[in-house]
Amino acid sequence: MSAGNAPAIRLERVTKAFGSRKVLDDVTIEVPQGTAFCLLGRSGTGKSVTLKHIIGLLHPDSGRVLVHGRDVSRMKGQELSEVRRSMGFLFQNSALFDSISVGENVAFPLRRHTDWPDAKIREVAKAKLADVGLENDFDKMPADLSGGMKKRAGLARAMALDPDILLVDEPSAGLDPITATEIDDLLVGLKRKGTTLVVVTHNIPSAKHIGDELAFLHDGHVIAQGSAEDLERSDDEMVRTFMRSEGSG
Amino acid sequence: MIERVGAGILAALAWIGDVTLFGLRALREAVRPPFEVGEIVRHVYEIGWRSAPLIATSGFAIGVVLSMHTRASLERFGAEAMIPAGLALALIKETGPLTCGLLMSGRVGAGIGAELGAMKVTEQIDALEAVAVDSFKFLAVTRILACIIAMPLLTSVMDFCGIVGGFLAETTISGMSWELYFRRAFSLIEFDDFIPSTLKTAVFGMIIGTVGSYLGFTTTSGTEGVGQASTRSVVLASMLIIVSNVVLVKLIFFLFPEPA
Repeated sequence: MSAGNAPAIRLERVTKAFGSRKVLDDVTIEVPQGTAFCLLGRSGTGKSVTLKHIIGLLHPDSGRVLVHGRDVSRMKGQELSEVRRSMGFLFQNSALFDSISVGENVAFPLRRHTDWPDAKIREVAKAKLADVGLENDFDKMPADLSGGMKKRAGLARAMALDPDILLVDEPSAGLDPITATEIDDLLVGLKRKGTTLVVVTHNIPSAKHIGDELAFLHDGHVIAQGSAEDLERSDDEMVRTFMRSEGSG
Repeated sequence: MIERVGAGILAALAWIGDVTLFGLRALREAVRPPFEVGEIVRHVYEIGWRSAPLIATSGFAIGVVLSMHTRASLERFGAEAMIPAGLALALIKETGPLTCGLLMSGRVGAGIGAELGAMKVTEQIDALEAVAVDSFKFLAVTRILACIIAMPLLTSVMDFCGIVGGFLAETTISGMSWELYFRRAFSLIEFDDFIPSTLKTAVFGMIIGTVGSYLGFTTTSGTEGVGQASTRSVVLASMLIIVSNVVLVKLIFFLFPEPA
């Protein structure tokens, strides 16, 4: 497969263990460009680990992680940095830089990777914050935000460079239902503009709303994959039970 | 028992090896672009300028105490005239650099360990990497370089404040003038006394920055781990400063032999 028609993301037989605990075991996933892929599963089954492999924060013990046809797991330094610039990552706990303001958090990637004047950087950062409903919180410090607001600020930072690929770890965790729906709509809007999404979530309505394809991770294996309807008709009782839940977060 | 002691020694050696490699990597990265000049300047301000009151006050107090002790000793031999020179030599050659190193390992080493440790456990270091920033260079190299730059400057401040403190103590007792005190203080001080002993504190800065950054980057176990990183940064950096000082003094004696 050439890089020209490659899927945006492809994990090929990825295995990863921490000590004696195998978190991912021969996992293969493919995410076409401009689609949304939702990773489901119980807590501690390797969903966040999968996201960290895609952005090169973790490297597989075996297998390959291809982003736009290039193997991220073999990259280092400048090459990896270039690939990461095309991606945004919303961390499960937001991971905002707590020594700078919310606005500067969003502006940070712009300051590092563009030569725009300060006024334009602030303008873009404010626009990104407005997208997540935090237009009045530019100068607040992360410690002054609620958990849900931190999540939205983290999403604004992840979107700052208008990435081709957005990796989102539990976007609606800790959010009220209205805000969670707004975030879901925002993600759907980004998908329509051509952004490829990989979303880790426990929120089934959210996964159905955002996801074109869903996969269920259990004990390091993908035990079910397909549309929401496919998973609802899965042979696996746990997958069917999970899909019937209204779990939040 | 012997096995446990042996395992402990091996673990300590492995740790020292890891820290050394971390420090050498920092030096290698320091000469490769991008140079993160803005961050280095910011940390020199945070580490250096903001430590200046502590260092100046401590230097002043040490100067007063050293002056009192020196007077008590030299008075017995009728050598009070040597008090300024004795105090300046003691301060510049050893007391100033070592005290400054130990004070900074407490103030800055603990801060670096705790700050980077907190960033590690809250995934802020991963977040830096995710926005395509080399976290090692941005966080560790800049702090280590700032410590290397700030230490000799702070040591000079401590030496100066110590001499001023010594003068105030002396003039209170004997009424010696500043001009006479200053002339006597520097009558025995030469270039070879000041430069090597002040520049050796750059090595102390390297130790403080490297140990704090290493422990911060390797923090685990949440907030408890952050506390441990902070405490261990102080203890280990202080220990390494005292031990390395022995080697550095020997090296200075070798490179700049005392006149016969």
